[in-house]
This record gives sequence, structure tokens and C-alpha cells, in this order.
Amino acid sequence: MNPTGDSTPETDGATERRKKSKKPNYSRFTQQELPACKPLLTPTIVISTFILIGVLFIPIGLASLSASGNVVEIVYRYDIDCIPQQSQDDKLAFIQSSLTNKTCTTTFNVPKNMKAPVHIYYELDNFYQNHRRYVKSRNDKQLRSKAYELETTNCAPEATTPDGSPIVPCGLIAWSLFNDTYSFATQSKVIEVNKKNIAWQSDKDHKFGSDVYPKNFQQGGLIGGAKLNESIPLSEQEDLIVWMRTAALPQFRKLYGRIERDLAANEQISVTIENNYNTYSFEGEKRLVLSTTSWIGGKNGFLGVAYLTIGSLCIFLAVAFIVLYLLKPRTLGDPSYLSWNRNPDGH
Amino acid sequence: MMKRFVYINDDSSQNLYCDNRISNRKYTILNFLPKNLWEQFRRFMNQYFLLIACLQLWSLITPVNPASTWGPLIIIFAVSATKEAWDDYNRYLSDKQANEKEVWVVKDGIRKHIKAQDIHVGNIVWLRENDEVPCDLVLIGTSEPQGICYVETAALDGETDLKTRVLPSSCIGLTPEQLHKIKGVIECPNPDKDIRRFDSNMRLFPPFIDNDLCPLTIDNTLLQSCYLRNTEWACGVAVYTGNETKLGMSRGVPEPKLTAVDAMIDKLTGAIFLFQIVVVIVLGFAGNIWKDTEARKQWYAQYPEDGPWYELLVIPLRFELLCSIMIPISLKVSLDLVKSIYAKFIDWDEEMYDHETMTAPHAANTAISEDLGQVEYILTDKTGTLTENKMSFRRCCINGTFYGNESGDALKDVELLNAVINNVPDVIRFLTIMTICNTVVPVRSMSGNILYKAQSQDEDALVNAAARLHMVLISKNGNSLEINFNGKLIHYEILDTLEFTSERKRMSVVVKDSEDGKILLLSKGADEAILPLSYAGQQIRPFVDAVDQYAQLGLRTLCLGWRELKDDEYKDWSQAFKEARSTLVNREWKLDEVCQRLEHDLEVIGVTAVEDQLQDGVPETIETLRKAGINFWMLTGDKQKTAIQIALLCNFISSEPRGQLLFINGKTEDEVLRSLERVLLTMKITSSEPKDLAFVVDGWALEIILKQYRSVFTELAILSRTAICCRVTPSQKAQLVELLKSCDYRTLAIGDGGNDVRMIQNADIGVGISGREGLQAARAADYSIGKFRFLKRLILVHGRYSYNRTAFLSQYSFYKSLLICFIQIFFSFFSGVSGTSLFNSISLMAYNVFYTSVPVLTVVLDKDLTEKTVMQNPQILFYCQAGRLLNPSTFAGWFGRSLYHALVVFLITVHAYADEKSEMEQLSMVALSGCIWLQAFVVTIEMNSFTIFHHLAIWGNLLCFYGLNLMISAIPSAGLYTIMFRLCRQPSYWITLFLITVVGMGPVLALKYFRYTYRSSAINILQQAERSRVATFSIRDLDSQLKSIEKDVGSLASRNKFKSSVYEPLITDSPTATRRAVGPSAFDFLQPAQSRDDQNAGLLEIVCMLTE
Repeated sequence: MNPTGDSTPETDGATERRKKSKKPNYSRFTQQELPACKPLLTPTIVISTFILIGVLFIPIGLASLSASGNVVEIVYRYDIDCIPQQSQDDKLAFIQSSLTNKTCTTTFNVPKNMKAPVHIYYELDNFYQNHRRYVKSRNDKQLRSKAYELETTNCAPEATTPDGSPIVPCGLIAWSLFNDTYSFATQSKVIEVNKKNIAWQSDKDHKFGSDVYPKNFQQGGLIGGAKLNESIPLSEQEDLIVWMRTAALPQFRKLYGRIERDLAANEQISVTIENNYNTYSFEGEKRLVLSTTSWIGGKNGFLGVAYLTIGSLCIFLAVAFIVLYLLKPRTLGDPSYLSWNRNPDGH
Repeated sequence: MMKRFVYINDDSSQNLYCDNRISNRKYTILNFLPKNLWEQFRRFMNQYFLLIACLQLWSLITPVNPASTWGPLIIIFAVSATKEAWDDYNRYLSDKQANEKEVWVVKDGIRKHIKAQDIHVGNIVWLRENDEVPCDLVLIGTSEPQGICYVETAALDGETDLKTRVLPSSCIGLTPEQLHKIKGVIECPNPDKDIRRFDSNMRLFPPFIDNDLCPLTIDNTLLQSCYLRNTEWACGVAVYTGNETKLGMSRGVPEPKLTAVDAMIDKLTGAIFLFQIVVVIVLGFAGNIWKDTEARKQWYAQYPEDGPWYELLVIPLRFELLCSIMIPISLKVSLDLVKSIYAKFIDWDEEMYDHETMTAPHAANTAISEDLGQVEYILTDKTGTLTENKMSFRRCCINGTFYGNESGDALKDVELLNAVINNVPDVIRFLTIMTICNTVVPVRSMSGNILYKAQSQDEDALVNAAARLHMVLISKNGNSLEINFNGKLIHYEILDTLEFTSERKRMSVVVKDSEDGKILLLSKGADEAILPLSYAGQQIRPFVDAVDQYAQLGLRTLCLGWRELKDDEYKDWSQAFKEARSTLVNREWKLDEVCQRLEHDLEVIGVTAVEDQLQDGVPETIETLRKAGINFWMLTGDKQKTAIQIALLCNFISSEPRGQLLFINGKTEDEVLRSLERVLLTMKITSSEPKDLAFVVDGWALEIILKQYRSVFTELAILSRTAICCRVTPSQKAQLVELLKSCDYRTLAIGDGGNDVRMIQNADIGVGISGREGLQAARAADYSIGKFRFLKRLILVHGRYSYNRTAFLSQYSFYKSLLICFIQIFFSFFSGVSGTSLFNSISLMAYNVFYTSVPVLTVVLDKDLTEKTVMQNPQILFYCQAGRLLNPSTFAGWFGRSLYHALVVFLITVHAYADEKSEMEQLSMVALSGCIWLQAFVVTIEMNSFTIFHHLAIWGNLLCFYGLNLMISAIPSAGLYTIMFRLCRQPSYWITLFLITVVGMGPVLALKYFRYTYRSSAINILQQAERSRVATFSIRDLDSQLKSIEKDVGSLASRNKFKSSVYEPLITDSPTATRRAVGPSAFDFLQPAQSRDDQNAGLLEIVCMLTE
């Protein structure tokens, strides 16, 4: 009487015996024995590294410094000068009034020969293009294509007119477009300012649509900055495109145009400035900058000075380490330095 | 209701309990998502990230695209959810397989084939040989005429020997036909998980026998997952089914263990969180003030005059979001990843593969490898852990005559052999007890040889020895037992077995000699459990001497005794015993009591001595680990003398005069207290001498101490590097672990048997030796290894590397998160404290998930010292134990570094990209590139060894950064369009990055070099020594030096303790200091912690200090 009947007994004994005893496949990786190099911070390596850095840095620093030194730059702060004497006490009223004459002229001397192209920048200080409320107040889709004209997300409070039709281009950035203008002349001869190609070509091609025309722009009660010609598509509105490349810092320069001829040294240039833009309510500064350019950019001594300083510091450190090494030679890897190898009474 | 009544073969009552459907699944398809999410969100970090992600949905305050947090968050969640789902699916499959297995069950008097899941309580289940038991059964019938069957319980308790299961007395002799119709009731407790107990009764209904209540024990059961072996068929009544079986009940999720490193990381995370809150509040305030004073004047921002009610909250919340990246979202994932790789490295380690038993090491717990490197106390079992647990009978003493003293092997002692041949009665009696008084099962193998299946190695040795002395146990069938002595067959009937328990420390059997009908009580047990039971007037002196003598030699001793029972006496007692056996409550205690009533007035007849050899490499392992500053406690159930002997053999303690043993003993509380205080005093006085002190305590004294004098003992425990606790029970072992843990020590418990399981589970790290006593310990343990000697490698190599690697990885993760966060904070000072993000969403997300996570993962291959060096200089482990690579001060270093690097990146970028270049996208990309370059060099300078993977990951990552950004720069709609192309063409970009790298890394390199050369740590020295070893120092030099000095380490420690003020700055690095920081008082680590007055702190000071 056996319930097993005729079925064959299972043969599990041997097979299930110690499945885990299966020996793993060993390799150099599993044994953590991959070939490895172990660089040590030996005096030779460290000192030569510092010397090498020093030797590299000083020439680069000199080159940068000379490049920056060769750039000729004229900076003229005009935000105070361009307010007539009688309005100095209330600059804000002056700038906000539509009746005042905001033209002002000045002349300055070219200190050195300036090779063409001479870049004309306007510089704003204490102007926070990177402010959280401001920097996001734009809509890239709307700028790019007519199809997205109605896209005004993020643009508040300059998104739509009171009756609900979209403002193109919408947002605070466009609305606050810089609107001072400059014109230059030497002894009554006008200097041409080339305002073409001041914006990035990529922006003109891909970020600002050639079929997008300004609409309802600066029509509200509050006028921000410049107005736009409604018959010119955004891709041609280069001042706008430049302005909308927001600056990361509260002090910044933006390209206004180029003078496509050399300016000779000691040439007297007279500038006529339309001083329209309000920086007075927040004590911002405005400057006009004429500058040539070099391989490293504009006049900026920082990199050069930093390289020279760091280079010399490295050389100094290297020398200090050499001196230290000579004064206090230490055998590397001396086991007698191991605390457990030292006599307890030794110290 | 505390009991359940199981009606056998009664269909009407079977729906009371669940059916036999097994379910190990955690989830169902419907509840998977909510339940899994709920589980994941119970973690604080996840809650935090979810909150951040939700806040980011509010576009007014979010500085970046919500995707930058949602993306990684969803990935992290998806990864762990997928893993859970996969595990659960596998569980479902295996459940299904088990549930749908066909089994034979009696229905309506006929045997039918049904699925295992349809078994109900009360059903009669038939099993064939080699069948797996589908649920918990009470045995009611077997094919064997003696009413026994054999089971293999490996799946249940890991023990591989066959166990005998017996029919309840009332079921013996039933035919299969009767079994089909059997009716009755089993009264049993509600389901529990105790696989050693089943205290219940059975009453069969007429016509089957009488109304007698038949007691049932665990021996009458077939438990789920066991296999029926060597038995043609067996059948039983289902009493527990489905998830209510013993196995099902004992399934449970073990509490996850938290490593010291994890605790430290949690603390640091908490500290960073606080820091973040402070930053948010300060910047939030500043932002609101700036807004009200300055921003309102800035007409182009068009701040409305009256904002909404929440206006004051907007800027703080923006900063909260901006700063949320301070806590690296990738940390948890990276840590989990590297930890599982550490565990794999352990599994893969060829040098820890035990060729003898063919077992590979296994890390069951993948999360605690770092703790291995921080172990301070090792609590080790003796038998099977330090020793082979391969017993061989060496000597014996029969009635005052010593055998085997000359040759060291009693089996070769001519005198003994002669005595056997001459039928010396005492010797015969002695052999009879050796042969009968045990639980060994003789199994006849195919070839006709008799093999013994024994649960205890001692019994195995005794039975085998008796067989060599011509007293061969031939068979044991149910109650009858057969012995072949010198060719003569002797029959005995086993009347009762008084089982061994760790409390009683002895076992006895009551047998009836079939020839003369005499009833004999045969006992065997520890000397203190047998000798006091000798009859009044017996000289036990010779036996005490024998036991002493054997223990001195490190042999395990057992005393044998016997007594003839009168029929009446036995009958009375037998009744009481039966009653005790059928009680449901307190059965064990009652049985004890009843047994004691019989076990008295024994004639002690002799002492056996069994040798247990030390495992290979035990002394070396212990010596190395002690050099590494790890303290050893030996917890054994063995005798004091044996324990001390083994301890001496394996370098555990030193012999006089280098070492000294301090005994704590006594029988009463007063005695114990006096002894304890004396030992403590001695310990304090001698702690300044170069002497190895160890205290020895036995189970009895320990019981009193743990109850009454815990605090004094704790003080002693802190002072003592070595201790021997003998005669301790499993629960005492666990209590000792608890005691050391309560002193904030990292403990590792290692053992091999079932009696070590509790200790292993309680300790911070449990290591099991897959030994001869089964796999029970190995299963409960976090790590299982084949031999004790592998412990050295497990701790010194795997533990140490894991700790070093995790220490770097975690701190680096914070460093890189803080770096980018500090830059954001600096930028906010240049953006009107308005909460603008300098970096765009894609960059931020990729920075955390990609650019900075990948290179650092190569840390799993980093080795600061070669394995060989570490093994030769185990003292280096002090660095890990003390937590010197991850503690508030090292973290402060990384914090400072991130602050410095953020300053460097930001200031250089802002100055180099000023004026006409200060376009937002460009400037942010320059800053980001700076961060990426710096982090690549930070990883480079902090790595110790470079494999091909390192180069691939670090430099490949840098290339990937450019590749990826160039690709994005080619997409016209991206904000980054053309940016990277423009930058790469500008010489000033490269010059700026070069500057950032050199200014950022120069001081780091200089400082590191200076420390490396002039303030070298022991690690540095060894690194240098590895290089220059060949030139100046041979390894042997180093070794001999170490050896000669090693003995002074202890004294060094205590001496230096008094100088601790000189080394003030390092005290914070002592293990105590780390501990304090981990302790309950939150974030108090900024205060210098006080050094605990123990030698550990002192040791660390000298070891880690290097003065001129």
C-alpha cells in the first residue's frame, strides 16, 4: 500500500546540494587587481608641476596683458552731464517729461590711433537684467515665429493690452528696450555708424522670426523704453536682439554699432546723445564706450594680471618647497615614522 | 483564543482556517504603486526631494525647470520600484510553483490528487519519499514498521543531517486503510514561529483506541519545506497551512542595520539641511529688504505696489529651491550602487573561497560593508568557529583509571582494549552509556556499512569511539535499539529520552535491558550537571581531577553516570513525565522539573575527553586583528578550563608573565560583586603596565552580573581588551553584544551554530561560519564565510576599502553639490537677491546626474594601499575604526574646499567675462565648465590608484561634457544654441578655465603635498614605503620591528592617555569623538568632543599622531 504508485522518485539530492558552492569565475576585476598606476606626491613631481605652471603662466599673462594694453578705449559717463544744470535736482522729472529737450553734445579726444572697426558700446551700471522678475519675462516661442503670436506665458505684466490682444514682443525685457541714441562727427563731418550685424547671426536666423512684426508694442499707459518700427520684422530689429541677450551682471556693455574707419590720435570727436533712457530712478549710470578689440576681447587686464600673479606664486611655492626640502630632508616611507614603530619614551 | 482545535478528516470544520496558498508577495498589481510609493516616501530624504519637486511646480518661485528635480526623482523612484517589482514577481512565480504542486490528500475516504494550495487544516496528506512537505503536518502514519520516518530539515534550519520523526503513540500500527478513515481532534497552540516546539495533544475518536490524550511534540511533526527521506511513504494531518506554518510565521523582514558611516552621513545631511535653512532665511530676508528698498525703484521690473498675501514668502521659497541642490539627490543612489559592488567583491573574492568545503564567501547584507572596517569588538564563539568542530575521542577516565594518557589516544591504549576484551563491568557500562545515551541515528548505507547521523559532533565522536571499542550501535528503530558487542547482539528498549537543553546541560535515557528486564537510567552531561547528582558517599574527587586535567589540555569533557530504576519508581515517574509532556503551557519548564526528579543518586562512572582541533590560521588571524586594535571576547558554552586552554592556543591571551587572567566568580551576589570589584580595581591599576589582561567569567556569575551589576561590568568591559565568558547561554551571548553596543562600540559577532544566531543577529555585524553544525548561523548572518581565518581579509581588506571608498564618495557628493550651490548663492548677490539661477535647468540636472556622478563611481576600484601592506600593517585599521576619513572635521575640510572653489570659479568668471562679454548663457557655461574641470581634478587628486576605468571615467567624462554641450548648442530652439561653439573658439574661454583650474587646485595640491611629506599620516608613510621598500627597507625589517614594538602598544596607549592635552587637535578624531557626534544629541559635533578615558582613544592618538 504505497501512494507513490509508479512514478519515478525525484532525484534532487545531488543536484540541489550546495548550489552556492559553485565557484565563481575569477578575473582581475573581481579580485580588484586591475593594473593600476599609483602616482605619489613626491617632491620631484610636485615641485616640477609648480615650476611648469609658473613657466607656462607668466608668458600667457604677459601676452594677455599686452593684448589688453593695446586695446584703445574711450569711456564717457554722460548720465549726469546730459541733464541741464537747472534739472540736476530733479533728474527724474526731466527724463520722464516728454517736453524737455534731451539732446546733449560733447566732444572728446582720441588718445591713440584706433584701428577700424571701432566698437560703440553703451554701458549701464546698477541695471539688473538678471533680476528674477525681469530675466524670465519673455517668450522665446513668440519671438521665433508668427504662429506663436498668442504665446505670452511668462510675459506678465507686459503680456497683453487691456483688451486682451497680445503684445509682440511681449515681456519686460523688450518693453524696457534701451533708447538712447548716439551720433558722431569730426569737425562737422559726420562719422558713419554701422548698426548692421551688431547682433549674433544665430539669433537673427533662429531666435527672432523674419515673419514676426511688432504689434501693440509700447501702446499701454506705461511707456518703458524704445518703440519699434512695426514694418520691420523682429529679425531685423538688431537693437532689440542685442538687448534681449540679457546680461548676467548688473554692470554690462552692449554693442550699439561700429565705426568702420580708423580714428586718428588726437582727433576731436563730437558726440550727440539723445538721453532718453531713465536710469535716474534707480541711480543707474550710463556710459558711452568706444573701443577697439583684440584676440582676447576688449580692454580687460584681469586675466593678464591674474596669470602673472599666479605664475609667480607658483614659482615662489616651488622655490619654497625646494628650500624646505633641502633644510628638512625626509626619507619618504621610513617605517620608523610609523607611530607604532616608535619608542613610547621617545617623546 | 490561544488554541486551535483541528478535527482530523472533517470537511465541515475546515474552512475555519486559511487554505494552503502560500504568499510571499509584498504587493498585488493593484496596490503596487501606492504601497511602493508609500514605502519609499517614508524616507526623509525622499520626502524632502518630493517637497522640493512640488514647490518647483509653482512657476512664480521656481528658478529652474521643474524637470531638473522631477527627472532625477522619477528615475530614482523608478529604479527602486522596478527592483521591488522584479523581486516581487519572482516571489510570485515561486509561490505559484509551490501552490500548484500536486499532492495526495484524502477526500471522502479516497486519496485524491489536488493542488497544494487547496489543502485545508484537518486534511490528511500523503507523502512519498523525497517529497517536499507542503504544510505543517502531524505525523500519523509511515511505511516503517517502527513508526518512524526521516526528514531533512535543511530548508528550515539549515541542518543537513537527517532527523527522525516518530508517530504519536496512539497512531502506531494503523494500517493505511484505517488511516483513510481516521477521525480525531488535535489541540494545538495558535500558529507561531518556534520550529523547536510544538506542545499539543491528540485524541483519536472511537473506534480508534481509547480516549487517551496523546501528547505531541515537535518530533511528531513534519514541517513545511522539509523533505521526506529514506522512508517510502508517510502521512499526516495538516495543522498549520499557508502562511500560518512555522516557516511562514518565521519569515520576516529583518530590521535594516544602519552603519556608523550611514549614521554619520545622516548627521551631516542634517547639518547641511540646517545650514540650508539658515542660508534661505538670511537670503530671504535680504531679498525682501532689497526688493522693498531697491527693486521698487527699478521701474523695468514693474513690481506691483501691493503684492498677494504670500509675497513675503516668494523670495525665501525661491532660495529654498535654489539651495535644495545642497543635499545631493544622487547620493543615495550612488551609495546603494557602490555598496552592492563592495558586497559583490566579497562574494567574488577568490582568496576567501574555502576549497575544503567548497564554499564561497557571501555578503547577505549588502549595505554594511563599511562597518567591517570600523569593528572594535569581535565576539566569537569557540566551538566550530575557532575550532574545526571535528571531534575525536582522545582520552577517558573510567572509575579513576586514566586511559590514553601516554599515547594521547585512548583508542590505542592497550589497557583499555584489554579491559574491553576482559569484560570489565565498569568499562562495559561506560561503553554502553557512550553508545546508547545519545540521539544518534544509525543509517545503513548501500554498501552495508553503518553510518551515524548525529546532530552533535560530540555524540558522533563518542558513538564512533565505542564502535572502535567493539560496542557497535547497529540500529535504532522507534523504541528498540540494537547493539553488537563483540559479536553478541544486545537489545534494549528505549522507554524515555530526557532531552538535552542548554539549561540542563545533560541528557538521559531510560532503557530496559531486554535480557534481564532491568530498567536503567543512563546520563551524560557536563561535569557540573552530573557530578552533583552522584549518590551520597561516592568519591567524585577522581572525576573532578580528571575533568580538570583534561580541560587543561583543551579537551572537551563529558561525565557519564547511571542508576538502576525500580519498576515502581519508574512507573510513577513515567506518569508524571507523560503529563508534563502533554502540557501546553510552560512545558519545557515542567519537563525540567520532572527530569530532575529522576536524575539523582547517579553512579558516576567516568569522564570522556574529546579533542576539537583549532582551525587553520586561527592564531595568526587573532594576532593580526588584535594588532589592528580589535578587541576579542570569547563567548563559549564550554568549560572554563577548556576555554582558557583554547584561548592560549590561539593567541587570544598570553601566558604568564606577559598576560594575566582575572577571574570573576562566586555563587552568591555578594561574592560575585566582590570578585567583580576586585577585578575592576586590578584592571585599573595594572592598565599602565605592559601586560595583557583578560577577565574570565562564567555563565553563573554573568547571570548575576547582568541582572544586578550592569554598570560596574560595563566599566570593566570598556577597560578590558580581552574577555573569556564560558558556560554562557545563547541569550547571554546576545546580552553581552547588547552591552557592548550600548557603550557605542561597533561589534562583530562570529559563530557557526544555532546557539550563536541571537548574538549574530544582535551585533552590528553578524558573521556566520558555514560549519558542521548546519547553516543556521550562516543564514542569520550578514556575512558567511567558510573559515575563521577569512575574517582577517574580510575586515582588513574589504571592510577597510569599503570604509575608505564610502568616506570619499559621500563627502565628495556633498562637495560637488555645495560647489554649485555656493555659486548660485554668490550670483544672487549680483542679481538683486531675487533668486535667479545662474545655471539653466539642463545643466543643473546633468551636473548632478551625469558629470559629477560618473567619475567618482570609479572609487570602487580605488586602493590606497595594497592588500599585502594592509595585512602586514594591520595597525592602519585604526584610521577606519576612529572614523578619521569621515567625520565632522574632514567634512569641514570638504565644505571649505567647496566654498573656496565656488569663490574661485565665480570671481574669475565674473571678472574675465565682464562688460561686453557678460552675456547670461555664456557666463553660466563658463562657470559650469569651471566646476566640471575642478571636479575632474579633485577626483584625480583624491584617488590613490588609477586603472583604465579611472582614466575612462574622469577624462571621458570631461570629453562627454563638451560633446553633450556641443550637441545641445547645435539645436536652434535650445537656450544654449551656438553658445558652446562660440566659447570653444574664444581663447579667453580656455585661458579662463586654465586659470580656474590652477587657482582652484594649486593650494589643494600644495597643502596635500605639505601634509604628505611633512605631516604624513601612517597611510602616507606606508604608501611611500610601498614605493621605496625595495630600496631601503625589506619587508622583514618592518615586520620584526613591528613585532618587537607590538607588545608595548597597550602600555603606550595608557601612557599617552595622560598626555592627551598635547595632542588636543587629534582628540576630535578619536573614535569616541566620532561616536559622540553620532550620538543622540543632534549636530553637536562642532564642539570638540571629549576623549573617553579608555585605551582606545589613547591608542589612536599615538598611532595616528606623527610629531617631529
